[in-house]
Amino acid sequence: MAQYAHPEVLADTAWLAEHAPDPSLRIVEVDVDTSAYDLGHIPGAIGWAWNTQLCDTVQRDILPKPQLEKLLSESGIDQDTAIVIYGDSNNWFAAWAFWQLKIYGHKDVRLLNGGRKKWIAEGRELTTDVPSYPSTGYHAADPDLSLRAFLRQVQDAARAGSVSLVDVRSPQEFSGEILAPPGLPETCQRGGHIPGARSIPWGKACADDGTFKSFEELQALYAGEGVDGSRPIITYCRIGERSSHSWFVLKYLLGYPNVVNYDGSWTEWGNLVGAPVGRGAAA
Amino acid sequence: MKAENYNERRIEIDGWPVRITSYKLGERYVCEADNVSPGAILARIAAPSAEDAEKQAISKATHLLGKTKRHEV
Repeated sequence: MAQYAHPEVLADTAWLAEHAPDPSLRIVEVDVDTSAYDLGHIPGAIGWAWNTQLCDTVQRDILPKPQLEKLLSESGIDQDTAIVIYGDSNNWFAAWAFWQLKIYGHKDVRLLNGGRKKWIAEGRELTTDVPSYPSTGYHAADPDLSLRAFLRQVQDAARAGSVSLVDVRSPQEFSGEILAPPGLPETCQRGGHIPGARSIPWGKACADDGTFKSFEELQALYAGEGVDGSRPIITYCRIGERSSHSWFVLKYLLGYPNVVNYDGSWTEWGNLVGAPVGRGAAA
Repeated sequence: MKAENYNERRIEIDGWPVRITSYKLGERYVCEADNVSPGAILARIAAPSAEDAEKQAISKATHLLGKTKRHEV
């Protein structure tokens, strides 16, 4: 079995259980449901709320550099700290945090393979104790926007057919049958997908236990939809977190050279006046 | 503390597949409901009994899924 292109970006649960006390390591939980951390988390883990601590809360944007530096400093993280991130829903927002940390140049960031689900299912230790760590003076790099796609870039690429557009939402969201995941609020005016996009739901990259599928399985999954890394790849979903997960798979596990996450995603495209929309199930 | 009696099963609510995940954590019983595809958490309830946790989780998931509209494509 081939190894992932960058196996160093994954931590497995057994390894983390052994290394959790390492002071050069910081464990961070980032959940979709921000109450999950309070129920019980990995000992030593701090919790970040994606909706208040990992975005600009005024204008729609990723976390500005000064706020990221403040968050990391207050979390006791410096430039040399190894950060292991995990969360619920198979690491959706953990991947979102990973993506932002890479944008700001943090060297050693890893996702816990299997996330919160696997840790709990294996009966590993949990606590409700909230740790605190001495503050640091974290200095982030300027944002590397080559990891992020903006609307104009996606519009140009879709028009030219020059990239592989990967829609990682559910098939019903892709077709336009529903405007948001079942049970979640509708956040767009139109359903459907960006014309030319291929439907490859994020969950197809995961095994039942929440871990990532093998290199060969992932390669076959994307190649089956014509996504093989020979062209630039743009991933998108509804608000950018599920697409961070697929971005992670394509960029770090498969090692494709040019993969960007369009975090504006369907809540931007599906609300645009005059934007073309594809409808119907994937071909 | 460690999660005990971890269990997953699938049910259907209003035509939507829902995964019910339950476990005991300390003195409380936790029940989570997610929408399977794409896997978004709809409810995460901690209660004194497993039955109560599941009842509340299914009730909340049912309420949320009942608001989901299917559109003509």
